[in-house]
Amino acid sequence: MIGFTLNGIAVTCDTAPSARLSETLRETLGLKGTKVGCDAGDCGACTVLVNGKSLCACLIPTAQVAGAHVETVESQTEVLTRLRASFTRHSAAQCGICTPGMLMAAVDLLSHTAHPTETQVETALGGVLCRCTGYRKIITAVMQANCAVTEPDFSGQPVGQSLPRIDGKLKVDGDIFGADYAPKGALIVKAIRSPHSHAAFTLGDLTAYAQIPGIAAVFTAADIPGRNAFGVIPAFADQPAIAASPARFRGECVALVAFEPGHPTDTSAFPITWTPLAALTHPAQSEAPDAPLIHPHRAKNQLIEGRVVKGNAAYAINTSAHIATGSITTGFVEHAYIEPEAGSAWMERDVLNIRACTQAPIMDRDDTAAVLGLPLDKVRIRISATGGGFGSKLDVSLQPLIGLVTLKTGRPSRMTYTRAESMASTTKRHPAEISGRIGCDATGRITGMEFTGRFDTGAYASWGPTVANRVPVHASGPYYTPNLTAKARAIHTNGPVSGAFRGFGVPQAAVWQETLYDELAQKAGLDRLEFRILNALRDGDASATGNILQATGIHDCLTALRPHWQRALHDASQTPNRGVGIASCWYGCGNTALPNPSTIRIGITHQGQIVLHQGATDIGQGSNTVIAQIVAQALGVPVQDVQLIGPDTFLTPDAGKTSASRQTFVTGRAAKAAAEALRAKLLWMGNQVLSSLPADQYGYALSAQETYDPPTKPLDENGQGTPYAVYGYGAQMVELTVDPALGTVKLHKITAAHDLGRVINPLLATGQIEGGIAQGLGMALMEEYIPGRTDNLHDYLIPTFGDVPPIESILIEVPDPDGPYGAKGLGEHVLIPTAPAILNAITHATGARITQLPALPHRVLDAIRKANA
Amino acid sequence: MQAYARPQDLTAALQVLSQGHRILAGGTDLYPAAGPTLTGDILDITDLAALQGITHDNGLRIGAATTWTAIAEAVLPPALHALQQAALRIGGRQIQNAGTIGGNLCNASPAADGIPPLLILNAEVEVASATHTRRLPLQNWLKGPRRVDLQPGELLVAIHIPPDALQGTSTFLKLGARSHLVISIAMVALRLVRQTGITQAFAAVGSCSATAQRLPLIEAAIVSGSPILPEHLASLSPIDDIRATAAYRRDAALELLHRALAELAR
Repeated sequence: MIGFTLNGIAVTCDTAPSARLSETLRETLGLKGTKVGCDAGDCGACTVLVNGKSLCACLIPTAQVAGAHVETVESQTEVLTRLRASFTRHSAAQCGICTPGMLMAAVDLLSHTAHPTETQVETALGGVLCRCTGYRKIITAVMQANCAVTEPDFSGQPVGQSLPRIDGKLKVDGDIFGADYAPKGALIVKAIRSPHSHAAFTLGDLTAYAQIPGIAAVFTAADIPGRNAFGVIPAFADQPAIAASPARFRGECVALVAFEPGHPTDTSAFPITWTPLAALTHPAQSEAPDAPLIHPHRAKNQLIEGRVVKGNAAYAINTSAHIATGSITTGFVEHAYIEPEAGSAWMERDVLNIRACTQAPIMDRDDTAAVLGLPLDKVRIRISATGGGFGSKLDVSLQPLIGLVTLKTGRPSRMTYTRAESMASTTKRHPAEISGRIGCDATGRITGMEFTGRFDTGAYASWGPTVANRVPVHASGPYYTPNLTAKARAIHTNGPVSGAFRGFGVPQAAVWQETLYDELAQKAGLDRLEFRILNALRDGDASATGNILQATGIHDCLTALRPHWQRALHDASQTPNRGVGIASCWYGCGNTALPNPSTIRIGITHQGQIVLHQGATDIGQGSNTVIAQIVAQALGVPVQDVQLIGPDTFLTPDAGKTSASRQTFVTGRAAKAAAEALRAKLLWMGNQVLSSLPADQYGYALSAQETYDPPTKPLDENGQGTPYAVYGYGAQMVELTVDPALGTVKLHKITAAHDLGRVINPLLATGQIEGGIAQGLGMALMEEYIPGRTDNLHDYLIPTFGDVPPIESILIEVPDPDGPYGAKGLGEHVLIPTAPAILNAITHATGARITQLPALPHRVLDAIRKANA
Repeated sequence: MQAYARPQDLTAALQVLSQGHRILAGGTDLYPAAGPTLTGDILDITDLAALQGITHDNGLRIGAATTWTAIAEAVLPPALHALQQAALRIGGRQIQNAGTIGGNLCNASPAADGIPPLLILNAEVEVASATHTRRLPLQNWLKGPRRVDLQPGELLVAIHIPPDALQGTSTFLKLGARSHLVISIAMVALRLVRQTGITQAFAAVGSCSATAQRLPLIEAAIVSGSPILPEHLASLSPIDDIRATAAYRRDAALELLHRALAELAR
C-alpha cells in the first residue's frame, strides 16, 4: 500500500509501485481531472504538484510520492480558485484538455510570484502544450489572476457581448473527455496496427491466443457484421474499420483485442505475420504509368480531380504586362490535439451507446451503424467533451471498434489511443505540390491565374474529394480574377490518410498564391498592400465560379491594416533583417455546393425553463456559447436563462458537423429561426398559463424546431455555380526578424483583421483568431509529420509558449444578408493567411524565397544563401 | 510482483543493484521508453542522500540524482553558468523538477543538453558498485549514442568538477526550432579563463556528432587569438535528420561558437 496526501486528504492505494501517478490518480483513485496527452512528458497536460512543485504525473512512479503532498486540479485552494476565475474571464480555456495542466503549472508559479511578468509565465508554463488558444489568453489569465476585477455588465443584448463561454466552469474544473468515463466492468480495447506502409499479413491461431488469461475476445475484419468501409463522404466510403490483408498504411487497424479490466494490456504476443510490400510513398510514384493501384477501381491512383475554369487564363497571362511563376510544396501536418481519441461503449437494451470525442455525432452514428449492420435508431452517439479536433475528429476513429466489441460481447468497453497510435492512424493535412502562374496588367490588376495542385490523399478517401473541390474555388484568393484555370487532384499513396484540417487544402493554396502576389506586386511597382487593395473583391464582383458576391469584407480588412502596415514598414526599415508580410484569405462557409442543413429545437418546459437542443459539437471553438447567445437574442432573454442539451443523437436534431466554419452561420441561422418561431408561439399564446398546456410531441409546453440549409447551387463541369452562400474574409500582417546566420525566425507581432459579418462574441472570436494563427505559424515554421518518425510530441513540433507573438485582432463587421444577425464563419479563415504572411515577411527581411514548408532554420538559411548568391 | 526499492542508504542501494534492478531517478527518459507500464524490478535512487545536491570538496561534487531545478537554483561559480543555463533549457519546469543530471549522462543522447557544459568543466564521473568505486573522465564515460561505460551492478553516484575547472566564466547556447521543449539542433558550451587576455578556452559542441565533443582546435584558436574557422570543426560528424541537415549543423555550430565567444569576450 502506498499512502500520500491528495488535495489535503490522506489516501492509500494498492497499485504497482512503478505505476504512473497519472494512472493511479485516474484509474485507482478515480480523479479524472488530470489529463493524459502523451505519457512521455512532452505535453504537460498531466501536470500536478508534488510538495508544491509541478511535475508530469505520467513520469512519476506512484511509490515516489509516498508520504508526499499531491495536489491536482480537483483541489480547492484559494490560488486555484482565483486562477479558475481568471481563466474563465479571459477565455483561456477553449477545448479544456490542457487546462488542468496549465492551471497546476500556474499554481506553482503564483505560489512564489503573485504578479508574474509575461516571461515568467512563459517560462513557468512552457512545459504545457495547448493547441487551441495560441497561449495569449492563458498568459493574460495567469498574469491577472491576482488582480482586482470589476464584474462586467452583461445585461445588454446577448449578441455582441464578450460572454465567457457557458461551459467554461466545466473546462476549469477538469472536464469529462473521451477517456474520462469508464462504464463499470468495461473491457479495455487495444488495436493491432500495421507497422508497415503496405503489407500483407496472415493471422495465427486466434482461438488459442484468446485463451490467454485476461483476454476477453479478439476481433478481425471477418467479424464485422456490416459494410466494412467507412468514410465521411458516402459515395467514396472505402476505409475498413478493421482491415483485411493487405494493410494500406502504417498504423492501420487489422485486429482488436479486448482485455478484462485490471489485466495487463500487452499485445506483443498477438499472432500475426507481416510481409512488407512495395509502398507508394509519394504521389509521383503513384502516378507513374506502371504503378500498382491502391484501389483497383481508381485509375492512376487518382481519387478525384476538381477544377474551376473561367475565361481563357493562358491567353490572359501570356498577354499580361507582368507574370509571376512559381511552385511550392508542403508536407503532412498533424492536428496534434492534446486529447488522443478515446471513448466508451455500452448497451442499453438493444441500443448501442457510444460516448467518445468527436466533431460529427450524426456522421459517427451513420458510419458506425453501417459498419456494424445496425439500423440508425439502434446506435446512440452521446459525445464526450472533445479535446480539440481541427478536422481530424470528423472521421470516425474508435467508434466502430468499441461498438463492435460491445455489440459482440454484450459488455461495456472502452478505448484510449496512445499518442503514437493517434498520430499514426488518424488523418493529416494533405501534402501539396502546387505550381502555376499569375498575370497582371501594367496597372497591377490581376488578369489571370493558372493553378495546378497535386495533393497526397493517402491510403483512403476521407476528405480528399472536398480538398480537391474546395481548393480550385479558392485558388484566386479574395481577389478579382477574370480568367482562371485551377485544377487540384487528390492522389492515393500508402501514406497516412489525408483528411480535413482547418481549411481543407486552402491554406496550402494560399501559401502559393499569396507569395506569388508579392512577387507580382513588386514587378508592377506597387506596394504589396496596395496591390491587394486594388485587386480585392468587391460587392457585385463575380468570383471565379461565377458567384455574384455580396458583403465582401476583404477591402475593409485590408484598408484597416493600412496604418499598421505603414508603421510596420517604417519599423522594418530601421532594423536590419526585419521584415513585414501580408496575406489575405477568403473562405466559403459550409459544404461546397452540397446540402448542408442544421436543425435546432428549443422547448419551454411547463415550469418555464427554456431548453436548447443543440447538436453542434463544441470542440473548443465556442458554439455552445455562440448558439445560445443567438437563441437568447432572438427570444429576448438573458443567455443564462437558456439551458443547453446535447449533442446526443437521441436528444438533439442534426446540427451537422463542426467543420467548414459552418456552425455560427448555418446552425446559428437554424437557431435564430427556431427561437423566432418559439417567440412567435409565445406571443400567440398571450396570457395562457404554461403549466396548463398539454405536452407537445417533445414533451414541452411549447417548442419550435427549425432547419436552415444554405442556398447553394451545384458546380458544373467547369466549376461554375454557387458553391457557398456566405464567405468570410480576412488579412493578416506579420512582423518578424530573421537571423541571417542561423535562419531562425523571431515573430514580433501579428495584426489580424477579420470580417465576421457580425461579431456574436468578441472574446471567443479573438480566441479563434489567436488559435488559428498559432496553427498557421506552426505550419509555416516547424510542423511536418513524417510517418514512423514523428509519432510523438517532441519530434513533431507544435508551437509552445514564446512562439506565438502578441496578436492584435481587428474585428470587421460587413453583415451578410444570409448570416444570423449578419454573422459569417471564422474558424478556418484565421489559419489561412498566417503561413504566407510569414513567408512574405521572411522574403521582405532577407530576399529569401521559401518554397518548401515548414521553413525550418536550415531551409531558411539555404534560401538566404540562394538569394544572396 | 514487481520489486521496488527506494533506499536512503547508498550501501543498501548498491546491494539491491547487484540483484539486477533497473535504476530509476527522475523517470523522464525511462517512462517515455517504457510503453504502457514500466516493468522489471526497480531501484529508485531519488531518496539517496549521497546522490543529492552540490557540495564543495576540493572542487565541486554534484550528486547524480540532483535535479536540473536544484542545479539552476544553486549559487555556483561563473564557470558553471553554462550548466545552469542548460538546466533551464531541458524540457519545461516539470522535466527540470524531476530530471536529474545523472540521468542525462546515463541516457547519453547525442542531444543531451547537460553534457557540453560538463565537458568544458573537465568533469569526471564517479561510479560505484557493491564491490568497487571508480572515477573516469566524462569523455571516456561516453561510448556512443546512448552508450556509456556503466557495467551491470554499477551506479553513477556523482559528477566531480576539479578545482582548476572552476575558474573563468562560461555560457551555453542552444538552437532549436521552437521556444520551449525543444530537442537541440546544435548547442555549444564555452568557458574562458582570462587574466590579461584569454589564457584558457574550453569549448564543446552537442548534437553534431555521436556524442558531444570537446573541440581542441577551436580552443587553441581562441587562446592564440586567431579566428575560429570551419576546419576547426573537422572532428564533428553531424547527420541529416528531421530537425536539420548535417551541413546546416556545422554552420550553426560555428556560428554559435562565434556568438558564445563574443558574449564571453565582451
